[in-house]
Amino acid sequence: MIGLEHYLTVAATLFVIGIFGLFLNRKNVIILLMSIELMLLAVNINLVAFSSFLGDLVGQVFTLFVLTVAAAEAAIGLAILVCFFRNRGTIAVEDINVMKG
Amino acid sequence: MIQADLSIVLPEIVLALYAMVALLAAVYTGKDKLASTLVWVTGGLMVALAVWIATGGNGSQEAFGGMFVDDGFSRFAKVVILVAAAAVMIMGQDYMSRRGMLPFEYPILIALSAVGMMVMVSAGDLMALYMGLELQSLALYVVASLRRDSVKSTEAGLKYFVLGALSSGLLLYGASLVYGFAGTTKFAGIIQVAEHGHMSLGMLFGLVFLISGMAFKVSAVPFHMWTPDVYEGSPTPVTAFFATAPKVAAMGLFARVLHDAFGGAIVDWQQVIVVLSVLSMFLGAVAAIGQRDIKRLMAFSSIAHMGYALIGLAAGTEAGVSAMLVYLAIYVTMNVGTFSFILMLEKDGKPVTDIDALNQFASREPGKALAVLVLMFSLAGVPPMLGFFAKLGVWQAGVDAGLMGLVIASAVASVIGAFYYLRIVFYMYFGASEGEVEAKGSPVLTLGLMASAALMLIGVVYQFGIDGAAAAAAATLVN
Repeated sequence: MIGLEHYLTVAATLFVIGIFGLFLNRKNVIILLMSIELMLLAVNINLVAFSSFLGDLVGQVFTLFVLTVAAAEAAIGLAILVCFFRNRGTIAVEDINVMKG
Repeated sequence: MIQADLSIVLPEIVLALYAMVALLAAVYTGKDKLASTLVWVTGGLMVALAVWIATGGNGSQEAFGGMFVDDGFSRFAKVVILVAAAAVMIMGQDYMSRRGMLPFEYPILIALSAVGMMVMVSAGDLMALYMGLELQSLALYVVASLRRDSVKSTEAGLKYFVLGALSSGLLLYGASLVYGFAGTTKFAGIIQVAEHGHMSLGMLFGLVFLISGMAFKVSAVPFHMWTPDVYEGSPTPVTAFFATAPKVAAMGLFARVLHDAFGGAIVDWQQVIVVLSVLSMFLGAVAAIGQRDIKRLMAFSSIAHMGYALIGLAAGTEAGVSAMLVYLAIYVTMNVGTFSFILMLEKDGKPVTDIDALNQFASREPGKALAVLVLMFSLAGVPPMLGFFAKLGVWQAGVDAGLMGLVIASAVASVIGAFYYLRIVFYMYFGASEGEVEAKGSPVLTLGLMASAALMLIGVVYQFGIDGAAAAAAATLVN
């Protein structure tokens, strides 16, 4: 029997993979965008699992909002990335270093 | 029923519809030629909405089944947000159009982010919180990379985007856990479950994730890494905007969530806020000492100031929230003046941000130098200026709540931080070599600088009812 904890574990694992992808990745900004997407999808699994086990639809409504916002976020991220590439000629993470902070 | 709901969110609807109509109108007619006009129209509309919100509306009302709350707290925050956004946008208009970098999208994006901020401070539900936060953030990512042809600006936008998306992810994960363990997304429902001593582990995790997501947005240490780079890389008018309205909105959201949803578990979050506050104050004070770029310096200054404002939140009392609101209002006023000054600085038509260029500024522009002196003293918290009374307010609340250690630490941090503010004054009056910077720019900037400096002095005797309004606002939030 697959219980709530199984869903939560999968979601937590995916979320942590997403965070690690964000911090350990030294190669490509596109991978950063994928990691962010992974984090948001992990949250969606959480929400849908809770919604199903609570018998409450709000979680699924929340999921739809998150999906919509994630799409808008990806669009803006890629647009900024294209602008950055035009100026710098590279999208390697280690080249995002004009300012040191 | 729906009409009653809609009439509560009418200011937000008006601003959102205006942004969309303005976008269409500008695309089909003059495009960038209309930009300057749009800045003034948008600014005028925001001020009008602020007046409307300030004079109309009383008591606490809820719309859409508690998802959207209109109370004294949200009205206070909205007025500060709208006035600050309008002032900063109008200040930047001349600077940007003279350099041919004022696209017509700029005022529209500012208006949309203002809508997001208004929803944030009015949120009564995790979903409304998330949607408001994202509407604000998505507009800000674009505004940060407004100069598409500049490496620095696009890099600032990219960094802000990646770290902002990470923080949204953390916040959202926290929201999902809170939803799961409380069984509802409404703050009114969460507060019944979230009681100190009876909180489940999942709920506690959710709370911690929510706090870290929001700490990112207020740039509290250890979630501050994006701030210096974004402040330095963005065009100066955008930096000025980042340092004012979004900070108020994020702090407002912070207070809203912690008191409206977790007001029964103050002991659980108080320690976290205390740590965030101490770290922010000290890092802001120490790291700014080595900075030569005034925009980077203001970034660390804003980190430190958010640390002081967090003292009010850490107190967990009505007086604390009231002191925090007063602090934010004064902080925004000081920043409007300081950034008016930064926007004026130029040499041969090129903007200058190096603080060495300020040498001997007082001998060339005594009036403006005096105003900057007042503002720097106020930012540092030197007694006769209003900035000191802002700090005194949060200290008072902190002492009353038994946070003596935090208050002493913040006094030490403010003494360390005074060094870099006073160094700017020192350069202006006693700088060794002759600096070459000129202070040009439209009369709006001079007005902003002088008015802000004057308020820092007048505010000591007469505060225009800000403290009374803040106390009333805090009373509606904390109960």
